[in-house]
Amino acid sequence: MLTIKNIVKEYAAHRALDNVSMQVKKGSIFGLLGPNGAGKTSLIRIINQITAPDNGEVWFDGERLGPSHIHRIGYLPEERGLYKKMKIGEQMLYLAQLKGMSKQEAIQRCKYWFEKMEMTSWWGKKVEDLSKGMQQKVQFVATVLHRPDLIILDEPFSGFDPVNVNVIKEEILALNKDGATIIFSTHRMESVEELCDYIVLLNKSKKIMDGSVRDIRNTYRTNTYRIVYMHTDQAIKTNANLFIIDQQNTDGETGSLTVKVADGKTINEVLAFLIPQVTIQELKEVIPSIHDIFVQQVTSPSQHTLSNSLYE
Amino acid sequence: MNKIWLIIQREYSSRVKKKSFLLVTFLVPLFFIGAYALLFFLTKDSFENKHAQVQVLDESGFVRDGLRNNSNVTFINAIGTSEQAKNHISTAKKETYLLIVPKDVLNSQRIELYSSTKASFTIQEIISNQIEGIIRNQALKSAGIDINLLETIRPHVSISARELTAEGEKDSSTGAAMGIAISLSIIIYVALFLYGTQVMRGIIEEKTNRIIEVVISSVKPFQLMIGKIIGIGLVGLTQFALWIVLTLGLSSVTGTLMSPANDHKQGTEHVDQAGVSAKIMDAMKTVDFTRIIGYFLVFFIGGYMLYSALFAAVGSAVDNETETQQFTFPIIMPLLFTYILSFGVLINDPNGTLAIWLSMIPFTSPVAMLVRIPFGVSDWQILLSIVFLVAGFVFTTWVASRIYRVGILMYGKKASFKEIFKWFRYRS
Repeated sequence: MLTIKNIVKEYAAHRALDNVSMQVKKGSIFGLLGPNGAGKTSLIRIINQITAPDNGEVWFDGERLGPSHIHRIGYLPEERGLYKKMKIGEQMLYLAQLKGMSKQEAIQRCKYWFEKMEMTSWWGKKVEDLSKGMQQKVQFVATVLHRPDLIILDEPFSGFDPVNVNVIKEEILALNKDGATIIFSTHRMESVEELCDYIVLLNKSKKIMDGSVRDIRNTYRTNTYRIVYMHTDQAIKTNANLFIIDQQNTDGETGSLTVKVADGKTINEVLAFLIPQVTIQELKEVIPSIHDIFVQQVTSPSQHTLSNSLYE
Repeated sequence: MNKIWLIIQREYSSRVKKKSFLLVTFLVPLFFIGAYALLFFLTKDSFENKHAQVQVLDESGFVRDGLRNNSNVTFINAIGTSEQAKNHISTAKKETYLLIVPKDVLNSQRIELYSSTKASFTIQEIISNQIEGIIRNQALKSAGIDINLLETIRPHVSISARELTAEGEKDSSTGAAMGIAISLSIIIYVALFLYGTQVMRGIIEEKTNRIIEVVISSVKPFQLMIGKIIGIGLVGLTQFALWIVLTLGLSSVTGTLMSPANDHKQGTEHVDQAGVSAKIMDAMKTVDFTRIIGYFLVFFIGGYMLYSALFAAVGSAVDNETETQQFTFPIIMPLLFTYILSFGVLINDPNGTLAIWLSMIPFTSPVAMLVRIPFGVSDWQILLSIVFLVAGFVFTTWVASRIYRVGILMYGKKASFKEIFKWFRYRS
């Protein structure tokens, strides 16, 4: 769908994108993740042809990205808004027509979406008469009205209320099922982790990691498990050849162990060692979240104090 | 191209549909016609309906015989002494005057006028005019000059001003030209400023509403900017067209309403009035209004394109209207400068070096050339000025679009001239 090759974008004093490449597969949900200032919005603006890269190429469906692709992209910017004094219906038609739709078709699509999102009665209202939540829905409809093949959502859930977040998440998944490719851009990685098939992590203008969510997490598995058991008064015997206990807690009836399995051993062997001692209630592999992985990646010891300021 | 058309449509219709647009469009001509009608009726009232009785106490012995009644004033002899007459005046119900002409009026040239109400300016004028004449005649007589002979020697030279041009001779009237030049200067200055500011406001609105990024993901920043400029320009032209049509329509209506009253006017004052307005009408006839309106439109469009582009650049650079001041002032400076000069140097010396230079520089020519045109400017100068103006607005639009494309995406950054210059140099 989208191939980005060695993109460089420079502003007067700093380099916003430094030799960034990536590939977005057709029909996928793609996460563009990274802290604020990593270069996400700069990259999105290049894909939307709002700005041009200083170096590098963008290919859209096998063609060099050009003006003919504008109407195939739907973009929900981080900074979003509508004409306050303009009626919702007129506004939708205007934005759809700017994306190259005929007026007839735009009216049809508007009706479809207004019915689907239960907002038919808003047609003649002005934006300033709508609540924030309503405006967010309108904004989303404006993004997808022209049936884009590629939908780019920059910080899509910031500013949306929880009810709308769910409504919109569902709509996004439905659109994806119908064949649209989705790019999520956000600094709140946990919010899209479960949605994305594939992610790219940007930090300080550079790509630091990319891959499918599962692959990335697998790479960062530490063979650590959390075991919950019925509490007993007897101390649990350990075996350093088999595992190391990271953490041990007791909470009334139950106790929990976080163990790191020794190299060359398996969790089954650990369990076999423990089962004679305690009654096991629960077992779960501790897999680092994308967020944890990211922090781990960008935080070298010297940067340690900075890591908190990356997130706000 | 199709998209620019969509943008023009939106910019145009969203403004034309506003109540304030309709209000301004209909109220402005109504206001002017109303003011004109009011002035007409007020003056008519003072000339026609004003009638006063003037009691004359003539101590000089020669003034009373010379006073002549007219439609506004009736002179009668005062009864009794000056004290009695004054008492009579203070109790009078109608507008009554007491005119006391002292014995030595010939030398002192002073008379006294008492009135029951506030003394009307018209009555004072009539009395002083008549008495001046009487005293003059008296003085002439005592100097031994034959008045009848003097009356016959009254040379009156009338100047028939004619302008010689390549097209032959035509009537020229400097007075009318001055009036028109000043009106044109005011109208174009106000219009350029007003519509330029509208462009700037529109852009700030898009920026503060955060819709800008949605729109420029669909169209190029340049398309949005030029669409907005053209759309608002068309709003301006629509307003001018409606004003011209409405003013013509309304004035013909009010004209017919007033004309019956005109016929009843009598008296010497009226004759003078009619004489003045006839002169004005004659002078106006020497002015080629279609030509002037045509050039006005050309220079309005050119000047508007030039200045609104600069206003657009300012709008893109700021986050709210309060920040615009420091940028709009330097932009509007040349125009303001020419506007102020147009009331002095430019109308007094419309073909002077300064006037010619200012009418060639694109930043000042919309005002300067329009001030010069009523006095007559050669075609090649107008053409050259238009060519420069077109080149000027192509240049400012180019500069503005380079600032605009960067500025509209900048939020929360306090813009300075240095910063803006940096934006200008960014590669696209």
